[in-house]
Amino acid sequence: MVAGVRQQTDTMATGETTLMAPLSRRAVLGGATLLLGAGSAPRSVAAQAAPERTPQFEAAFAKISGGADIPDGPVKLEVPDLAENGNMVPFTVSAASPMTADSYVESLTILSTGNPQPVIATFHLSPVSGRASVSGRLRLARTQTLYVVAKLNTGALIKGTAKVEVNISGCGAG
Amino acid sequence: MAPPRIKLPDSAKIGDIIDIKSVVTHPMETGNRKDGDGKPIARNIIHSFTAAFAGATVFSADLGSGISANPYISFSMRVSGPGEFLFTWTDDTGTVLTQAATLNVVG
Repeated sequence: MVAGVRQQTDTMATGETTLMAPLSRRAVLGGATLLLGAGSAPRSVAAQAAPERTPQFEAAFAKISGGADIPDGPVKLEVPDLAENGNMVPFTVSAASPMTADSYVESLTILSTGNPQPVIATFHLSPVSGRASVSGRLRLARTQTLYVVAKLNTGALIKGTAKVEVNISGCGAG
Repeated sequence: MAPPRIKLPDSAKIGDIIDIKSVVTHPMETGNRKDGDGKPIARNIIHSFTAAFAGATVFSADLGSGISANPYISFSMRVSGPGEFLFTWTDDTGTVLTQAATLNVVG
């Protein structure tokens, strides 16, 4: 998922398909390295500093999922890879959906694994929305992974993730 | 306090999917901060935003403290006909801000 988000950002930034091949390959390789690294020793070191996912996040996620696993699906959260200032991080959350009366996204919820309050926002949509896409600005306390959960009109849930590196905390307290 | 600002397209046709951009002045105080004397500053955020068009809700949002100060929200709507938007923001103190905007539907 991280690689996917990077690739998306690159596409938007360059706007040139000719540049896409090397960039996306690099992004994919970077993502793979990240995944490999996550399973090995460095994780425990990171865990000592701050848990990767706060207990508050775990509780909020479990409340939404009902304890079941939420599969990855065509829902994505676009955020910068690197946010200089955690007070104002632009985002776009979107899901691939025809948004018709028969098939639409009912809600999009953004969850934070590193903020004191895990539920950042829930956006309620309907076929009138036309597109399942909402933009805004986030306040992030630290470098973290964000989750987005889309609830479909069938009741099914799908999720996506995005990682943001935050230089200056948006906590205000410093 | 500055009034909320809304950005609509100059004109739209029936069936178009338009983007609606809104921004409102608000500190979105998280409740996690302390004042100079070390006392906690009470949480005061806009926890609810709704947009109605021609009397029917077309979009709503439940917001948390992870939304930046002066919340900016952009969403979309399929144009069903001419009408007026009514936007409503509600914060923890019970203050309700509203703003109306007319959509110019042509053709």
